[in-house]
Amino acid sequence: MPERSGVVNLPVDGHMLSYFLRRTLQTIPTLAGVILLVFFLFKAFGGDPAEILGGLQATPEQIESIRNELGLNEPIGVQLWLFVTKVVSFDWGSSWATREPVVEIFRSRLPATLTVMIPILLLEVALAVVAGLAVARVRGTLTDRLVMLISTVAMSISFLVYIIIGQYLFAFELGWFPVQGWSNSLATNLMRFAPLPVLLAVVVSLGPYTRLYRSFFLDEIGQDYVRTARAKGAGEARILFVHVLRNALIPILTNVATHLPSVFIGSFLIEVFFSIPGLGREVYTAVNRSDYPVIEAVTVYLAVLTMAINLVTDLLYKVVDPRVVLK
Amino acid sequence: MTAVARAATATGGSPGLWRLAFERLREDRVGVGSALVVLGFLLLVGLAQLGLVAPDWQREVGVPFAPPHFLGAAPAIAPLADLEQPAPAPLLDLSAVDPLAAYYGAWAQGAAQVPTGDTVRLPTLVFGGDRIGRDVLAKAAKGAQVSITVGVAAALMATLLGTLLGALAGYFGGLVDDVLEWIYNVFNAVPYVLLIFALAALFKSGPLARLFQDGIAPVVVILSVVGWTGIYRLVRAEYIKHRSREYVRAAEAIGVGHGARMFGHILPNVSHVVLVQLSLHVVSFIKAEVILSFLGLGVSMELVSWGTMLAEAQTELVLGKWWQLVAATGLMALFVTAFAWLTDALRDALDPKLR
Repeated sequence: MPERSGVVNLPVDGHMLSYFLRRTLQTIPTLAGVILLVFFLFKAFGGDPAEILGGLQATPEQIESIRNELGLNEPIGVQLWLFVTKVVSFDWGSSWATREPVVEIFRSRLPATLTVMIPILLLEVALAVVAGLAVARVRGTLTDRLVMLISTVAMSISFLVYIIIGQYLFAFELGWFPVQGWSNSLATNLMRFAPLPVLLAVVVSLGPYTRLYRSFFLDEIGQDYVRTARAKGAGEARILFVHVLRNALIPILTNVATHLPSVFIGSFLIEVFFSIPGLGREVYTAVNRSDYPVIEAVTVYLAVLTMAINLVTDLLYKVVDPRVVLK
Repeated sequence: MTAVARAATATGGSPGLWRLAFERLREDRVGVGSALVVLGFLLLVGLAQLGLVAPDWQREVGVPFAPPHFLGAAPAIAPLADLEQPAPAPLLDLSAVDPLAAYYGAWAQGAAQVPTGDTVRLPTLVFGGDRIGRDVLAKAAKGAQVSITVGVAAALMATLLGTLLGALAGYFGGLVDDVLEWIYNVFNAVPYVLLIFALAALFKSGPLARLFQDGIAPVVVILSVVGWTGIYRLVRAEYIKHRSREYVRAAEAIGVGHGARMFGHILPNVSHVVLVQLSLHVVSFIKAEVILSFLGLGVSMELVSWGTMLAEAQTELVLGKWWQLVAATGLMALFVTAFAWLTDALRDALDPKLR
């Protein structure tokens, strides 16, 4: 094996560019499908928007004028076109419930969600890597089996129960954290309001993440290169964190990528419980208010984001493992 | 391979896949234990469905928040009589101006004919009572019925949908595969939480809301529409692997039709994959139902599930009434753990290559 240079050679070449362009083109049918799915789902199975907007006391004339305003009297093709222009122009009009522009809802709710979700993601991955490596290192021993047993049982208890008890115990009973709340200052949010939700989410996900990452590391730890490294006298820490971890990066990357979209939607449960004005709670409220534009917009854009993340992940595979062939 | 040997001698021929799997499962102590627990729960669900267990969970048998037996009755709250009572207001005779005065006599008579009885409310219940004195254990048993039924029904529907579409895509390939792959990609691009929310919004206010006014149908439909994709993907891969194997070609050679080849020949050979997926989905759907019902997007109000119990438990905990939380959480954790272990054992038994 040739000596690796210190600089990572980013394999951005013509091949990668053409792969990127081809993959981007391939997302077009999927995106069209998402738009069709959302449009026809709400068209076919949704309530009459004019009736939801007009409320119970609306006169037939009012209903008719709302129908005209929303373009509901146009042929279905024109309505679909209107929907596509909304997606492309980011102009979804205003929320049916609060009259707040939908784009404004995104802009104002996303920061709160990210304030909670980014620390959760970073802590989850960091702790799972350490715990997974530690457990994989002692595999087959009593400690290993005990950790696996505890995490299986811990996983069988609903996330709800952890939040209910955690909020009651640490905030209400012991008063270590505020029960709920949010402020306008990022520092206050991070120091005062975010720690308990972050702590609970990380504790809950530690079990399943450790189990998963342990299996990633176990696949690598028995490989020949590990024995070679050990034979030439590399320290345990170096073997685990340099050799094993780097080779297990692909499944870890896949795992993080599948969780990335949920960073933007947030854990709606956490946001509901702790009154965090984030996107997840907003969507949940929109469901209860039958606020279709908000739900439609979030669904379409999160789908776009998911596709973008998947594409970037595929490109990253090539960066972390030059043997990967993009096709 | 003692199990194999024993099975072989028992039947006198070479044992089939299912028999071998059963023999392997029987040797797995954790598997047998969890299977017994799961069977116990399924029995409970069946009995509750027939009305033999917890038929009157809605009866208010105890005092509000009756504590469990082992805690003893809650100390009686000092009666309000001790407080200073306001002097009774002098009764004015309004019969001259009261337009209803003529009817009071008849109403009093009518009211007297309605049989009323003072039910004796128990001061304690086996595992406590809820806000209006319903037995928490009966509720948890009834909740098990609803939650497990939802989980199993949704998993069955999702498996059916995923297997059918996966079989079509994998077996025929070509255009059918392209179309189904497109649909799969579309469903896969939307984060599943959002898909659940979008469907829940539609079931709340739309023609569907009138169609499924109550019961568990909406949750079952939502979960299975969202959950079929993983099963589809696995079954499709299996069918691609199997469609050109010799036994399928042989069946084709003797004139077996497409349908019989797909479901008569290939399906039994991939059924272990389907079975493991089915039981994996039962667990995750039960967890999802609990969260949806907690949020009020799940089963309807007049039913009780573990999720609705947890929703009540949240406010009760602040008052120090922990028993409903413990009852719902404990039963759910027991069932989910046992089911997860059973799934692991099933996977090991059906696919010895994995070991």
